[in-house]
Amino acid sequence: MQMADPVIKIENVKLFLAGQWIHCGINLEVQRGEIIGIVGGSGSGKSTLLREILALLTPTSGNIEVFGKDLNKISSTELLKLQCRWGVLFQQSALFTSLNVIENISFPLQEHTKLDKTTIKELALIKLLAVGLPMDAATKYPAELSGGMLKRAALARALVMDPELLLLDEPTAGLDPQGAEEFDALVLNLRKVLGLTIVMVTHDLDTLWQITDKVAFLSEGRVLEFAPMTKLTLSKQAAIATYFQGPRGRMTQHLYEGNHGI
Amino acid sequence: MSKSVNASVAVSAQQKNQIDCFGAWTLQGIHKQNLDRAFKKWDRRTEPSLILNAESITRMDSSGAWQLYQWKKQLAKKREVQLIGLNKEHTLLFGMIEQAAQQLKPLPQPINYNGLALLGKKAFEAWHELKSFLRFIGKTFTTAIQTLSHPKQLRGRAIISIIENTGLDALGIIALLSFMIGIVLTYQMGFQLKNFGATLFIIDLLGLAILREFAPLLTAIMIAGRSGSAFTAQLGMMKIKEEIDALNTMGVLPSQLLILPRIWGLLIALPLLTVWADIFGLLGGMAMTHNMLNISYTDFLQRFPKVVSLSSLIIGVGKAPVFALIIANTACLQGLRVSGSADSVGRQTTRSVVQAIFFIIVADALFSILFSKLNI
Repeated sequence: MQMADPVIKIENVKLFLAGQWIHCGINLEVQRGEIIGIVGGSGSGKSTLLREILALLTPTSGNIEVFGKDLNKISSTELLKLQCRWGVLFQQSALFTSLNVIENISFPLQEHTKLDKTTIKELALIKLLAVGLPMDAATKYPAELSGGMLKRAALARALVMDPELLLLDEPTAGLDPQGAEEFDALVLNLRKVLGLTIVMVTHDLDTLWQITDKVAFLSEGRVLEFAPMTKLTLSKQAAIATYFQGPRGRMTQHLYEGNHGI
Repeated sequence: MSKSVNASVAVSAQQKNQIDCFGAWTLQGIHKQNLDRAFKKWDRRTEPSLILNAESITRMDSSGAWQLYQWKKQLAKKREVQLIGLNKEHTLLFGMIEQAAQQLKPLPQPINYNGLALLGKKAFEAWHELKSFLRFIGKTFTTAIQTLSHPKQLRGRAIISIIENTGLDALGIIALLSFMIGIVLTYQMGFQLKNFGATLFIIDLLGLAILREFAPLLTAIMIAGRSGSAFTAQLGMMKIKEEIDALNTMGVLPSQLLILPRIWGLLIALPLLTVWADIFGLLGGMAMTHNMLNISYTDFLQRFPKVVSLSSLIIGVGKAPVFALIIANTACLQGLRVSGSADSVGRQTTRSVVQAIFFIIVADALFSILFSKLNI
């Protein structure tokens, strides 16, 4: 069986920003249907890599291909088409504070489709319920929502156009354990139902063990290793070992070693 | 239970080269000057070795441990010093302080530019600001042209909302402001005209001053403060909360959704507000003229169209779009340059208002020069 084209292909990307080399040659391929985690110490350029994939930032050298299109050479109309095929969940939700929840979720539909208002509203409500928000959250404003609800609303907005690719920046940061657990289950379920490819930047060891297929470890501007958690945690490389072999790391490893793939 | 006693030191009775430490070596317990004096005295002694006995220390916190460490270090410069008698907890604490002390390095000092270096730095920053200004103008202009050829992309609702916020909501304050300016101008000018017995010319002067200069200028300055700061703060907050990034990843141009509506909205609202200001300025002038110079309202209104030409009105209102562009562009540019903190929002808002007002006055001056050359 021929391997389909990777959804994201990052080739030798280097980035010089604010007087530092943040990326010194990143190579990464994400295949369709995979859930990929990106980890690394603070300041190792994980969120920056996400921004480069989203074309918010241009790398100093190297190229990134998303859905087969080279971001260096892409035209603005082609970029717009790409932007309708992916959904993004920012670290701080980035919901529009002047719109309420249902207006936020409907926003991409209003911008990019010619559907009538009723259909848009219904589609948005379907996604709102799919992420586990109650109906009465629809008319609330972002300032009135709790952290968990904000993330869910932002996720609904990211998914409203039924994208093929979902990018998440620290999705479980700041969530209570149950909230984080529910979020993981939600993402897994959505992958099953919608056939998503998912890339997430995260520190959450539980998330990494429970839902990722492979994890890329970023350190000193390079991908040190790109492997499933079972293999990654056994790595002998110093940076990776320090990351995963602390008391937290070993505890979760112990929990999941036998049960990987719940 | 031992009472908390102030920290103190004393020469040991048993051994001549031993210093016993007593009391609570804590933030409250240490009186630095007294202990300093005591330690300085011992520093002058000539014994080759010294023992610090910490047995009788009742309590110790980090500041106490730090002091002890400092004195031990000081005394150790000239002789051998031994620290004994620390109990288990105090040993741990002292060990931690010792470890931290060894890692101490001087803090990096912020570079203080002055003289030529400061001038260079300011010039460099001004150059960067100019570049981002040009980039901003270019992007906005090309988006505007694009919108004109695709009228569907014009955000009618957003524009109307801006007109409501900047124009409709400001009617009250502009009316009040202009009315009072009318009164002030009349008083100043009328006073002088009285000396020449030429009070009737107040009408000519008011017409010229208010319609050509004061109404457009003061309206623009008030709106720069009111709406310019609002735009900058709104866009700044959106930038901090990554809403601008979110828009970019969703394929919606911020210049189309956020910036152009503000520019169009102000372009429509400001000239209308200027006419409004003209009306109330003249009303204020009329009231004061009637009051101070005894010229009736009817006389005023009869003479007015005879001596004040339409061109004054047109020139005044014609300046408004230029002012509107200055306010909106400066406000939006500074809003997008906000970086990450509440402090930055405040700073950029200030810059936006100050720059807008500055450039408004510069533009007004340029207009005056232009019109005087053209003899308008």
